[in-house]
Amino acid sequence: MISFTLDEDQRQIQDMTRKFAAEELRKIARDCDEKGAVPEELLAKSWELGLVTNAVPEKYGGYAFARSIVTGTIMAEELAYGDLSLALAITSPALFVMPLMEMGTEEQKDKYLPTFCKGSFQAATLALMEPRVQFHVGDLRTTAVDDGDKFLLNGEKCCVPLADQAEWVLVLAASNKGAGPAGVDAFIVPKGTRGMKVGEREWYMGIRPLPVFPLSFADCEVPKENRLGGTRGINYMRLINLSRIILSAMAVGVSRASLDYCLTYAKERYAFGEPIASRQAIAFMLAEMAMETDGMRILNWKAAWKADRGEDCTKEAYLSRSYAAAQTMKITDYGVQVLGGHGYIREHPVEMWLRNGRGFATLEGLAMA
Amino acid sequence: MIDFELPPGAKLARKMVHGLSEGTFRKLSRYYDSYEHEHEEVKELKAMAPMIRGGGGLGGGAKKEKPKDGAPKAERKGTGGASLVAVVAAEELAWGDAGLMLAVPGGGLGNAAINAVATPEQKERFGTRFAAMAITEPGFGSDSSAVATTAALDQKTNEWILNGEKIFVTSGKQCDVVVVWATLDKSKGRPAIKSFVVEKERPGIKVTKLEHKLGIRASDTASIVLEDCRIPYDNILGSAEIKPEEGFKGVMKTFDNTRPLVASMALGVSRAALDFTIETLEKDGIRVRYDAAPHQMTAVEKEIAECEANLEVARLLTWRAATMMDEGLRNSLEASMAKAKAGRAATLVTQKCVELLGPLGYSTRWLVEKWMRDCKINDIFEGTNQIQMLIIARNILGFGREQLK
Ligand SMILES: Cc1cc2nc3c(=O)[nH]c(=O)nc-3n(C[C@H](O)[C@H](O)[C@H](O)COP(=O)(O)OP(=O)(O)OC[C@H]3O[C@@H](n4cnc5c(N)ncnc54)[C@H](O)[C@@H]3O)c2cc1C
Repeated sequence: MISFTLDEDQRQIQDMTRKFAAEELRKIARDCDEKGAVPEELLAKSWELGLVTNAVPEKYGGYAFARSIVTGTIMAEELAYGDLSLALAITSPALFVMPLMEMGTEEQKDKYLPTFCKGSFQAATLALMEPRVQFHVGDLRTTAVDDGDKFLLNGEKCCVPLADQAEWVLVLAASNKGAGPAGVDAFIVPKGTRGMKVGEREWYMGIRPLPVFPLSFADCEVPKENRLGGTRGINYMRLINLSRIILSAMAVGVSRASLDYCLTYAKERYAFGEPIASRQAIAFMLAEMAMETDGMRILNWKAAWKADRGEDCTKEAYLSRSYAAAQTMKITDYGVQVLGGHGYIREHPVEMWLRNGRGFATLEGLAMA
Repeated sequence: MIDFELPPGAKLARKMVHGLSEGTFRKLSRYYDSYEHEHEEVKELKAMAPMIRGGGGLGGGAKKEKPKDGAPKAERKGTGGASLVAVVAAEELAWGDAGLMLAVPGGGLGNAAINAVATPEQKERFGTRFAAMAITEPGFGSDSSAVATTAALDQKTNEWILNGEKIFVTSGKQCDVVVVWATLDKSKGRPAIKSFVVEKERPGIKVTKLEHKLGIRASDTASIVLEDCRIPYDNILGSAEIKPEEGFKGVMKTFDNTRPLVASMALGVSRAALDFTIETLEKDGIRVRYDAAPHQMTAVEKEIAECEANLEVARLLTWRAATMMDEGLRNSLEASMAKAKAGRAATLVTQKCVELLGPLGYSTRWLVEKWMRDCKINDIFEGTNQIQMLIIARNILGFGREQLK
């Protein structure tokens, strides 16, 4: 029945991730942003939290803490509240593990899942975006051609997290061009496969600590058994929807970070003899930030709730993503504005949140539940 | 656990009220809009009143449940599902017609106020009467601490004597009784403001003016003058004591209950407009493709999707505020968020719908232009958008009135 409160499990998970985010992510966020790197120790430490592998069934060595997508959004928000880039980095193996768990064949699960339950960070990733102005998830230009006992992959990908260290890349490609989302398949491509080239690290306006790379495929041969889901294939739109839902939850986290920082600042900063928060021009920005952060979150929960029920949530995920992207842009912009000139200086985190916040309208396939 | 499944009671209310709204309100909409003051009493509504009140019109919702012995505190104070049913039903009524909804006898804000604080004896006397709410005066609207209408006790007769002028009283003409905010002592500020039930048949109360409005024309908006109007001592709602520490809390509490209802009204009207717009565009072959490439989606598709997202956000914020009320949790912040978001979003959505339907959207041949006019009020009454933002900001900053004016 209708409820807007977390249950006990969700609250515990929220507490745990919130604490981790405060202690391990927020503290180093600025430093990582400046250096453009994720510390190795962080990957190791976060792995112990079991963010990715807890959900793996016992028979593969996991803990079978099946969690709902709603709970996934709660975790994602908390981690991104700490830092978006680091949140994306530490959860990146989920980009491979989650689709595998939900859509892989038995043989595929047997083959790959146990590696992720061995105790140390195992990089694996997903390649979705392509370097084109008009990139769109429904129109992939990377192709997979059936060549008897194998597929031949051709095309360009971009913004693939941790592609340099990933043991496997899950590559999304059009196996039936012109069929739109229904014609997309996912292929498990092991590191070093001939025909797959990992390019030089790319840099974006935000998410700077996250190492992302372009990939190119030139007649890259992938064995038939590496097609995710076998002849059944995958439910591509569901993958997209799940990714959109989790990324939108992270947008809520970034927005909330900016809001909280501004609330404290606006009470401490004086102008014309009183706290700037005592002026409506500032106070109303803060009120709007708070209201829209709550609004985005509930809209996102609703989409996640629908996804949990196994229903088609393409519309809900689309609306949640577009709303979250627009509001996060506004909120993180207000975040800089509330601090004035100080907001523009890198001593404060609000400019970083603005750069990170701008990504949500663009980024796809960088997070997964 | 986070869940969005409405309870069976709310679903049923939604279905029933929707049917009623579609079957009755929609047919009357244009007529009462066109003949704002010329029309007779809205007869159809008299018959509907009991049904609608049951389904939770404005005043119908949020009746307190009898406290159960030994029940946990939250349960004792909560409205046990009634608030959620009320907001869900209010959306459906407003979907039919917001003006008519306000004109339903007994469905007014005055009834909500009485329901919230009346003693059993007062409920007995006033429970079945149609009550309007009179706070606003010529000298103030938003600043309700500026109440200048006075109430003085005549010790000899044990009666209150009321003097002053109230404006913009919704259903002021049609109602049986008026809940009047008056001060016992202007020098004592907010704590001295109390509410009184004034029956229309008392000598000294007079309706002096009816407004001509942009929208919700089926609902009368009246000026009421009180001139040495005497009412029995027991017509005061709540205590007559001036408790400085309580400040404004008593009278302000009704807003926690009514703001989500106004938010629902906004949602109902704007959903009517948006649904109609989507259906109409579909007949012209225009359909939102949620899976289309961003560069290929048309401006119209994007605008519709944006409207949909905004209304859904507003609806979920409203349901949250009502659910908290039902659970006995303090919800002033959430009620203001719901009202602010819904009032604004709905206003913009209805304005967009007129635009999207071209010349026909602007024309009176359809109701979209009327819905736009009707909807605007939700951004104004029960606290303007700015007042809601003020409340939200004070809440999140932990600021008092003095720190944020
Ligand atoms: C159709 C209709 C029905 C109504 N029904 C009722 C009713 O049944 N009972 C009743 O008592 N009243 C009723 N009202 C009155 C309504 O509640 C007031 O009109 C409303 O609260 C605004 O007050 P005002 O019109 O005096 O505007 P003002 O208070 O003069 O405000 C004017 C503008 O200033 C802004 N403003 C005011 N104070 C601040 C501030 N501190 N910070 C920032 N901005 C501020 C407002 O947001 C607004 O934009 C009704 C009004 C209408 C139009």
